[in-house]
Formats: sequence, C-alpha cells, structure tokens
Amino acid sequence: MIAPTNSVLSTRGLSLSFGGVVAADAIDFDLKAGERLAVVGQNGAGKTTFINICTGYLKPTSGQVWLDGADITGRSPREITRLGVGRSFQLPQVFVEHTVRQCLMLAASAVQPRRGWWQPLEQAVNADEMDATLALLQLNSRSHDRAGELPEGQRKLLDVAMALILNPRLMIMDEPTSGVSSDEKHELMAVVMRALDAKQVTSIFVEHDIDIVRRYATRLAAWIAGKIAADGPPDQVLNDPLVIKNVIGE
Amino acid sequence: MHRLPLFVAALVGLVLALAFGLPWMKTPLLLALANGLSVLGVIVLVRAGQVSFGHAMFACLAGYSVAFAARAWHLDALLLLALGTAAAALAGAVIGLFMVRYRGIFFGMLNLAFSMVLFSVLGKFGGITGGTDGLRYDRPTFGFMHLEREGFELALLLLALLLAVVAGWLVQRYFASVNGQALAAIKTNETRLEYLGISAKRVFWGGYVLSAALCGLGGALFALTQGLVTPEMGYWVRSGEIVFIAILGGAGHAVGAFIGAFVFEFVKMYAAALLTGAWQMVLGLVLIVMVFVAPSGIFGLLQRRLSGVKA
Repeated sequence: MIAPTNSVLSTRGLSLSFGGVVAADAIDFDLKAGERLAVVGQNGAGKTTFINICTGYLKPTSGQVWLDGADITGRSPREITRLGVGRSFQLPQVFVEHTVRQCLMLAASAVQPRRGWWQPLEQAVNADEMDATLALLQLNSRSHDRAGELPEGQRKLLDVAMALILNPRLMIMDEPTSGVSSDEKHELMAVVMRALDAKQVTSIFVEHDIDIVRRYATRLAAWIAGKIAADGPPDQVLNDPLVIKNVIGE
Repeated sequence: MHRLPLFVAALVGLVLALAFGLPWMKTPLLLALANGLSVLGVIVLVRAGQVSFGHAMFACLAGYSVAFAARAWHLDALLLLALGTAAAALAGAVIGLFMVRYRGIFFGMLNLAFSMVLFSVLGKFGGITGGTDGLRYDRPTFGFMHLEREGFELALLLLALLLAVVAGWLVQRYFASVNGQALAAIKTNETRLEYLGISAKRVFWGGYVLSAALCGLGGALFALTQGLVTPEMGYWVRSGEIVFIAILGGAGHAVGAFIGAFVFEFVKMYAAALLTGAWQMVLGLVLIVMVFVAPSGIFGLLQRRLSGVKA
C-alpha cells in the first residue's frame, strides 16, 4: 500500500478483534499537522484501542499505520516514541517514588543525543529546559514533591509533561481530564493546550466531556462500534443525529 | 546526609581497631565484608523492586573460579579476585538475558532455580569440583609476595575494606546516574519507561550484571578468606541469607549492606556460641523485630541523624 502524504498520522484498513469483539473495524484516518482532534464515543467503542494501536501497545490484525509517511505498523511503543509520538494515559503513568523534577529529568534524558548512562541525572539534562517545561505545565511549585503525592490533576499534568519534554511531533492523550473535578477540567485542559501550542505539537485526545471538546478541539471524530461514524468540525459532528443518538445520548 | 563520610570513616576505623586490637576478629570481619559486597549486589536489584533468591550462585561461581585458577595456575590473590569477579559478571551477563524478561516472584524463583542447578552440578561432578567436600587450595601470593596466614589475612582485610568503600561509593554513584534512576523507575512504572523510549530490559540487564559482579566479588573474597569452596556457597539458604542481611541493614543505601553484614556475622557468631543449635532462632527474632520496628533497616534508622534532622 502506498503511504499517504501530507499527514502526520494515517491509517488504512486498521482492524483488530478480541475474540469475537471487533474493537477496530477497517479504520481509514488522516490527521493533518496542527490539528487538535478530539475522539469521542461510548465506553467500548474502540477509542483507546485505536490509540493503543497507533502507539504500539497493540498490534492490529490487519491494516497499516503511518507516521509522517513512515510505516509504524506493529512497531514497539519504544520505537514509536522515538519516532516522535508522545502519549499520556487515562491513569497517569508517572514514577511515583521520584520527585516531579526527577520524573521530567529522566524523560528528558531519553532524548539526549549522547545519553551517558553513567552521567548523574542532573547533569544529563538541560536545567533551563526543565524549568521551562515545569513552568509551562504549572508544576514548578511542586518540582521537589514526589509524583505519588500529587493530586490527580497535577499528576495528569506531569504525565503530559513527561511526554511533551520528548519534543514529539504528535501527542496522543487518553482522557486527559478524567478523574478531575468539573471545576478543574477546563483549567487543566487550558494548561495542556497552551503547552501543546507553545511546542507546536499536533494532538489527539480522547474525551467524554462535550464542553471540553467544543472548546478545545479543531476537529472531532466520533467512534461507534470500532468505526469512525462521523468526522469533521466539532459543531457539525455534534449535530449529527447518529452521534447524538449513540454518543451524546440526548 | 552531610555526616555520611564521617560515619563511613568511623566504621572503617572501628573495623581497623577490631582487626588490630583483637587479631582473632580478622576472619569474621573478612567474612562480613565479603557478605556485605554480595548484599550490595542484591541491593542493586532491590532498587528495581526485584528480589533474587538465587544470587549466591554468583558468589559460588566466583569462588569456584578462584579455586580452579588457584589450583591450576597458582595465580596471585589480586588476579584471583579479578578473575572471580569477571567470571560472575560474565555469568550474570548470560543468565541476565533470560532474567530481564521476568519480574516479581517469577524473577525470584527463576534465580533460585538457576542456583539449584549450579548447586547440583557442583555436587554431582565430584571428579572436577570435589563434590560436596569442595575444593581446597594453597594460600596464594598477595601482590606477588608470599605471606604467612596472619599477614595474608591482614592484607586481605585491608583490601576488602578498600573494596567495600569503593564499591559502596560506585553503587551510590550508579543509583544517581541516568541508568540508576531508570533502574529505580522499573520498580514503579515500566510502562512509562517504555513510552519514554527507554528499554527497561536493557536497563535491568545492566543492573543485573552489576549485581552479579558484586556478588562475585564477595564470593571471591570469601573463597580467598577460607581457602576452600564448597557447593554450600551457592545453596539457596545462602541466597536467603543475603536477602535477609539486605533487609536487616537497609536496602536503601550501600552502607546498609555492610552494617547488615556486620550485625549478621556477629549475632550469628555469638548466638551460635551461646545457644548452640538455636542460633537461627535468634536471627529470626532479630529479623521479626526489625521488620516491625525499622522496616527500612538499621541504616534507615540512622539516616535521619546522619542528615542532621532533629526529631
């Protein structure tokens, strides 16, 4: 199959089944540079499966995935990360016994061109870059606290920060506002989006909160039973009767 | 812990005072230092949240390498020490290729399984290994000098002390390094490590080889102290003892390994003398008390004072 051009991320015929359950059903998808794509759908619709395939956590039964025209189908999370895909998780994946700053330093050390395995961690990374990223994600006041002691919202920000400091071209976030009170959601999302804009990173985020989607997405894809049922500008997709019936539930 | 260098200097001074003041103490001190080096190896793995119940195999492998080389080539003690350590590191590098795939109880038991294979092989191939009687060998030269037993033990003790300090510093330095921090991250979140583009298996393999080398260094020192190696060196009970000492001394810092090893050696020595046949009970009680009173070990208790923090 010929690689699609002019897309940061593309998939063609992407399918995956768990036993008899079809979690991804021949998905054709293209994401352009600069887009902020929100992915919505009910639980079990295949949203997380899709991002798990794109980030290498799951291997598709058929179909292909391209990152900037390079085939990344079936490659490991480590390889895909190195190729420029950052990821945050529904349950934040941080190093709970490390401090916030150590978590970030360890992340930053991974992309140092000449990472000295014996070098002290503090010396292996750029301190100014650390400070800038901590400030960008509003974590500077907690930099010496253990990641495990952070409240959920800040843990989510650290999860994003650890992926963002890798300087990815594409950031994929699984439910960045889940587990956070409704008051905090917008504040958290504003911080995340400001950081993504500052670093000029294209993004995909899975989200259940329609207000968040309306406010922060430039494009919306609605997942139903392992397929993209509607894809386009958020206002258009949110007015689609199929989406209203099966996703929004109004 | 700005008082740590002073504390370490005081410990070194105490060991030297005991060695010179009570010459019969040299052997137990040497055995404690040898154990401490092996415990240091186990502490490296504990950093990654893993416990091995078979790491005495590396001490045993190093010990047998020393014995074979001493009998065949009559090498100098310093060369034997280097050879034993290298043999253990090499074995660790090969066995580690399998081990890095496993975590938790599977990791612990797989190490135990490998150690029991080695134990059986050493016991069964008596023609080569000396069987359960083990291998005895003549006292080697030290620095190419022929020394009497007293002089040899003293030289070995001074070397062991130097090695303990250097190895302890190197391990702490490794913990602070990029790979050391990544090793600690294996304990809490291997998934994130992979999503940073860091190979958890490669990092863990490095830690495993280091731990095998340290156990090997301890085993080679043990073998040089005793002039005899037996399969018991690799028996699972020995591996358990190493883990026991790590918990007793405190697995959070290299110094804990040596404090634990000294306390273990002396409790064992006096308990065996005072309660013949029941010394294991004393050790068991000590561990029970430690787990309840100081789960971070003896060194964990001392750490606040060394940091200059007032209670």
